[in-house]
Amino acid sequence: MLNFNYHRPQSLAEAASLLGAKAEGKALAGGQTLVAALKLRLAGPTDLVDLAGVGGLKGISREGNNIKIGAMTTHAEVAASSEVKSAIPALAALAGEIGDRQVRNRGTLGGSIANNDPAADYPGAVLGLGATVHTNKRSIAADDFFTGLFGTALGAGEIITAVSFPVPKRAAYVKFKNQASRFALVGIFVAETAAGPRVAVTGAGQSGVFRVAAMETALAKDFSPAAVTGVKVAAQNLNSDLHATADYRAALISVLAGRAVNQARGG
Amino acid sequence: MSATGIGARVERKEDRRFLTGAGQYTDDVLLPGQTYAYFLRSPHAHAKIKTINSAAAKAAPGVLAVFTGEDIAGKVNGLPCGWLITDVNGQPMKEPPHPVLAQGKVRHVGDQVALVVAETYFQARDAAELIEVDYEVLPAVVKASDADKPGQPAVHDIAPDNVSYVWALGDKAGTDAAFAKAAHVTRLDFHNNRLIPNAIEPRAANASYNRADESYTLYVANQNPHVERLLMTAFVLGLPEHKVRVIAPDVGGGFGSKIFLYAEDAALTWASRQLCRPIKWTADRTEAFLTDAHGRDHTTTAELALDQDGHFLAMRVKTRANLGAYLSTFASSVPTILYATLLAGQYKTPFIHCEVTSVFTNTAPVDAYRGAGRPEATYVVERLVSTAARELGIDQAEIRRRNFVTQFPYQTPVALMYDTGDYNAIMNKALQMADVAGYAQRKTATQAKGLLRGIGYSSYIEACGLAPSNIAGALGARAGLFEAGEIRVHPTGSVTVFTGSHSHGQGHETSFAQVVSDRLGIPIENVDVVHGDTGRVPFGMGTYGSRSLSVGGSAIIKALDKIIAKGKKIAAHLLEASDADIVFKNGAFSIEGTDKNVPFGGVAFAAYVPHNYPLDKLEPGLNENAFYDPTNFTFPAGTYICEIEIDPQTGQTRIDRFTAVDDFGNIVNPMLVEGQVHGGLAQGIGQALLEECRYDPESGQLLSASYSDYAMPRADDLPSFQIGTTCTPCTHNPLGVKGCGEAGAIGSPPAVINAIVDALAAYGVRDVPMPATPQRVWQAIQNAKA
Repeated sequence: MLNFNYHRPQSLAEAASLLGAKAEGKALAGGQTLVAALKLRLAGPTDLVDLAGVGGLKGISREGNNIKIGAMTTHAEVAASSEVKSAIPALAALAGEIGDRQVRNRGTLGGSIANNDPAADYPGAVLGLGATVHTNKRSIAADDFFTGLFGTALGAGEIITAVSFPVPKRAAYVKFKNQASRFALVGIFVAETAAGPRVAVTGAGQSGVFRVAAMETALAKDFSPAAVTGVKVAAQNLNSDLHATADYRAALISVLAGRAVNQARGG
Repeated sequence: MSATGIGARVERKEDRRFLTGAGQYTDDVLLPGQTYAYFLRSPHAHAKIKTINSAAAKAAPGVLAVFTGEDIAGKVNGLPCGWLITDVNGQPMKEPPHPVLAQGKVRHVGDQVALVVAETYFQARDAAELIEVDYEVLPAVVKASDADKPGQPAVHDIAPDNVSYVWALGDKAGTDAAFAKAAHVTRLDFHNNRLIPNAIEPRAANASYNRADESYTLYVANQNPHVERLLMTAFVLGLPEHKVRVIAPDVGGGFGSKIFLYAEDAALTWASRQLCRPIKWTADRTEAFLTDAHGRDHTTTAELALDQDGHFLAMRVKTRANLGAYLSTFASSVPTILYATLLAGQYKTPFIHCEVTSVFTNTAPVDAYRGAGRPEATYVVERLVSTAARELGIDQAEIRRRNFVTQFPYQTPVALMYDTGDYNAIMNKALQMADVAGYAQRKTATQAKGLLRGIGYSSYIEACGLAPSNIAGALGARAGLFEAGEIRVHPTGSVTVFTGSHSHGQGHETSFAQVVSDRLGIPIENVDVVHGDTGRVPFGMGTYGSRSLSVGGSAIIKALDKIIAKGKKIAAHLLEASDADIVFKNGAFSIEGTDKNVPFGGVAFAAYVPHNYPLDKLEPGLNENAFYDPTNFTFPAGTYICEIEIDPQTGQTRIDRFTAVDDFGNIVNPMLVEGQVHGGLAQGIGQALLEECRYDPESGQLLSASYSDYAMPRADDLPSFQIGTTCTPCTHNPLGVKGCGEAGAIGSPPAVINAIVDALAAYGVRDVPMPATPQRVWQAIQNAKA
């Protein structure tokens, strides 16, 4: 770990101004990616702005047809939330399968989507449910939030405060794990929402999480596994790495989408 | 059997300190004036070092010294290899220098370039980033299969074709003749995947120099401190052996990777004298991935010749072994002596020929890893046997039974002489425990779920109890392979046992104490076991190759015999009887046929307070040493049966049932044996399904350099194991024991792969490479469909 200045602001405004002022500053949420990167000297920010002291960033509430989750809410809290479990069980289940127990007790929703790791689970749910990301400056639709590998629409000094997840009619998340890291080799979030079916794929795309329009169209006609298992995703935009080729990931997407739909239907 | 004697499930004495955090590992050792080391390592697989500028590092805060290859040239020799292999032409293997710090060239990513010593670890690490190394990057040879192709870069000047040796064992003409008349030949080509050991405690060392008596103390995470000291003093540093004390305190796992003398150990020991300060280094996990000696990495073509009834006529094996960039301490013996000699397996195959080409590549050194050569041999034999059975339509158990060795002793065509065994008894028990009779029903149930089911067998043999020193010497060993033990009886009758074996997870403090307590008839609480310190224990060879109980335990038995023999003389004097009339039983010396006796403690007291003692005939004291050199290897054997389910859509394999039946001879502590089997199975299944060391074939960068990319087996990857034993006691050691530490890792990989191939047989799949990841299984199905 290299030396850095540590800040623990008490307000969102203070945190934003610190981050705005420090060109090489980094916001620290649960630290489950950032601290490991610091230890390996893969990241070397001059300043670390710890959001743990900022009030109002935690908690889960129902607002109309949305479940609103504070950015600093941990995965374990989401997994255990009766509110989430009754409204969007797929989201609670997803949170309960992130990393390991230690990661779930430290890692946060805001930290996960701000990092936008291409193999992370939460981006699948945010995009798959058509959620809205709230920041200290604005609200951003999921479709506009993720902009590529580790990329987001967040600007300098912009801090995620909460995410609103619309409650779907039914949804499911199916993850095929990388055997080593247990991150998603392919993760499929399928939801039947008020605005129509959505299918989001994490773990597989060269540019991170993405939607599969052809599957959504097919599901709009017939929300059944058979509607999606025959839909093939082109391998050319998928990752090939030590663990899986793009062809294999493409095949998994079709298989797992069918299983996710089956699960969403209660199968 | 007493509650703590031989055969009892005694809970581990050492666990109290481990579980309460009171263990003392090398990194826990903090010496007065402690300094810390960081090794700057090569980022390139192959490069010339043009210049090194360490001025800025030397001036950095807290830095005491920066040493490079230039500083040690002419003062510190290279690391030796402990086993000389003589090639097919009678020439010694090519044995290139293995420098402690790079001498003008680096040969693998992680090769050590400079040693920085500072007041703190982070100061040393920060300073290392200031060292400027001007590299001229050279093309790298990464894959063993490419190593001797024309135009490949040479890793070492003395081996321009990168071949260290071509070695062979067995009767080639006889083998070829048997193949010529065979009714059926089964042939397979495969790669035995390269593994990274991953002991939970990374390597660590803490070296200090004492000006007062010009002596050194080296704490090091190591499996054999005397061997470490001998190699380091005699070959590398030229120090008087008696001036160096090597202590291997609590060690958190070795699996072979801590047998070897590593460059860091020698560099620290040398540097501690330059600075007159103790220097500590503990590898971080990345260094462990990059620089611990790796395991396996064989590429093999294997053929089995059979007659029309499925009897084995001959086996022909050609293997290419990857040695990595340097010859690690026992690297040369692993793909030769510890490999080809095991190719008979449990079978009376009359002719076997094996040829091994061992090559250098720009990768980390490869050496012994749990099983060391024997897993590779077992994989060859058991994959061939299962494939042959399928091709000939013979039942998997039946083809094995038809070829089992049943008469003992049995001389194999590959040098070994099996002393005892009953392979049919093992098979019978395995078939029953695995409920093979119920397999068809389980397969139907699996198919109803849309999954595939397969069953795989593996009947392994291993050679443990390394080794008769004269035989090892004739085969090229540059060290003896005996073991030492000392029994120190204290005046009040308690006992300290000093053993040359080393426990780094095995539980010797318990199992050895059981043996001593049992033999002397004293409570186990009165017995402590000391190991891992050249300053305290007699010269011993350490722990590897499942040898501790069979060789180290035998040395202890020999010392106990001396204690009892002397005790009888003392007791005879005390009881006013003749020596010949004294018997020792249940912790007391008595006159045979009478109730006149003196307890063990009474004899001990008399030995140290010799007021009433035959001082004219007998020395006082009760302290005996013994060295034991085995007369043969031991031959544990077993049959493993694995049942798996495969999801054909994803290629995911799940082990549903795993049965392991082993013949380890007599067993001292069944609980410890089960633990060893469980651990071995986890590692073997890890090799079969999960673990793979991967280098970039062009750049030589290690791609699987962290747990994000190197899949270690976890509890939920494994089923609940069915474990059973049979027993034919070893005929040539006093405890009748054979060794159990490596069996699981040796026997299990082919059982898993045979099960996968069985499940995929309907697709016509003959082989799936290890590790059989979901991607590979899926690919095998796709290829078969295409």
